[in-house]
Amino acid sequence: MQMHINKFTKRPARDAAVENLLITSFRIATYLIVIAAGCIFVNITYNGAKAVFQAEAPFVNIGFLTQKPQTLHVYEPKAIFFEQNAVNKQIVALEQQSEALAYSKNSDKEILSIQEEIAGLKARNKMLEKARKSGRLLYSDSEYQKLEALPDPENYIYNNYAYSGGGIGPAIIGTCLLVIGSITIALLLGVLCAIFLSEYSRPGKTLQLVRLSILNLSGVPSIVFGLFGFGIFVLFFGWGVSLIAGWFTLAIMALPVIITASEESMRSIPKGFREGSLALGASEWTTIRTNVLPYALPGILTSSIMGIARVAGETAPIMFTAAFALRDQLPWQGLEKPSDFFFQGVMALPYHIYVVSSKIPQNEYTRNMQYGTAFVFLCIVGAFALSSILLRIRLRSKYRW
Amino acid sequence: MTPKTAHHPIIQVRDLDFAYGDTKALSNISMDIEEKKVTALIGPSGCGKTTLLRCFNRMNDLIDNARILKGHIKVSNVDIYGENIDEIELRKYIGMVFQKSNPFPKTIYENIAYGLRIQGVRKKTLLDEVVEECLRGAALWNEVKDRLSESALSISGGQQQRLCIARALAVKPKILLMDEPCSALDPIATAKVEELIHQLKKDYTIVIVTHNMQQAARVSDKTAFFYVGELIEYSKTDDIFMNPSDPQTEAYVSGRFG
Repeated sequence: MQMHINKFTKRPARDAAVENLLITSFRIATYLIVIAAGCIFVNITYNGAKAVFQAEAPFVNIGFLTQKPQTLHVYEPKAIFFEQNAVNKQIVALEQQSEALAYSKNSDKEILSIQEEIAGLKARNKMLEKARKSGRLLYSDSEYQKLEALPDPENYIYNNYAYSGGGIGPAIIGTCLLVIGSITIALLLGVLCAIFLSEYSRPGKTLQLVRLSILNLSGVPSIVFGLFGFGIFVLFFGWGVSLIAGWFTLAIMALPVIITASEESMRSIPKGFREGSLALGASEWTTIRTNVLPYALPGILTSSIMGIARVAGETAPIMFTAAFALRDQLPWQGLEKPSDFFFQGVMALPYHIYVVSSKIPQNEYTRNMQYGTAFVFLCIVGAFALSSILLRIRLRSKYRW
Repeated sequence: MTPKTAHHPIIQVRDLDFAYGDTKALSNISMDIEEKKVTALIGPSGCGKTTLLRCFNRMNDLIDNARILKGHIKVSNVDIYGENIDEIELRKYIGMVFQKSNPFPKTIYENIAYGLRIQGVRKKTLLDEVVEECLRGAALWNEVKDRLSESALSISGGQQQRLCIARALAVKPKILLMDEPCSALDPIATAKVEELIHQLKKDYTIVIVTHNMQQAARVSDKTAFFYVGELIEYSKTDDIFMNPSDPQTEAYVSGRFG
């Protein structure tokens, strides 16, 4: 068929195909990211929910959220334990046998029969595993101390695992304290700095230098902040491993984000508001206080959300400055004087995850603890971010232009 | 501010040179602006009329590397670029209305009260009084008296511009600077603002920058024509439009360029 050519004739098929391909690749990239993020969240939620929630009322494992980490004392039924060991040994032996046979010819039949045997043993092992799990006795440290009579050593095998029992109460509290304190310091310093940069500073070499250093600060790896905090706050100021050293270290980390975003949101306030106010005889500070800051606040809060997300998740900066692997007392317990509150180390969720997953021998019980901690951690960061977003929405509806 | 003697111009500009960085914006401007008259500044874009207007209340201070090269401006006989001048006091004395109406995103009431609040006035009765007085002064009272607590952005563009005028009146200035106050308004709203200018001239000295020559002819008593940073002609409005002495002025007002 003769193609009818006019001014608006469709583009050649190849051009259209290239464009479609491009669009598809954008789409795929977006979906990939969403899927990756979704997998992470679903995985943590699924595994973490096992530790945090329970089948019976009150459905939330309160002990996990409030207790401190403890050593887990495990008593396993002796008979089942030995039988399982024997079965496992048999499986290993048979597997070796089948591997050896694989090299000789005409042994297909034998291999098949061995594999059947292995399958049978594995099923048996599964049953034993179930029996072991229902028959075993688990005690956290505090429960263990209260036991009047230990289980009969004739019937049970005893083991204990560090950090696998109890909960993460002190770490939750520690993380909240760290986040609240460091965000307060960072917002205060950051907004003051942003006001100066956006309203008072005059363009020039110095300003460029200041901007450059702020930009560089945001690219510094977090472990460097940790070492810096350790050198300055912990050693030089003599604060020791303490809450306040952690606050300042994390605050300095969050500053670049907060300064840049706050400055940006202040700059985006229409010039007309400033001029209108100045023309009425307001001083520059009055103008900023009444006609710039209130309208920039939603943007500043958005930046603080980013700051929180960044600060709350960092392990490296608090490792040397604020975090204890295990602290027996809650932050407000056992203080000699009120100022001691600031000069004590705390437990923190990210550091706890780090310690549990890298510093102690792994076993079937630590996994629960790790996922549970990660899940609670996600929830806390989410809650902080959500409250920030809600506040921002409220402010934005109050000051709309 | 020293009290003004009779027949003395309220604003005196002498030999003023003004530059943004290396770009000269005004050269050798000398003019007197009379009290309780409307003075219009006209001229093509970029001729320096807005720059001159913003010199009067030192709004140019906000612009980096904008500076006066020579000459001086006296307002009520005080050199406003001299020593010991607080531009905050100056701006209370000289109100300004901008090209783009810029009410604050607050209520109508708060917009007017703002000028007093920043001076520390807290008394509700006084604020109420001033708000009504200013809105009446800007011929806006009847239109907004029932919606004082609504956002200033909910009223029409013309009303917003009159609100800005009312806001400027609240700090009781002697001089009102208007920077193309009607450029964003439709003819009906423009007519209202012009009517307002006529009323205000009884109490205030008004300097208005405009692109609209008909507007200058309608509202002003005296007109100054600027071209590329120079004051070409300055005299009674009727003379400028009917009988201009400079050929450039004649070409501009008759619409042959600009």
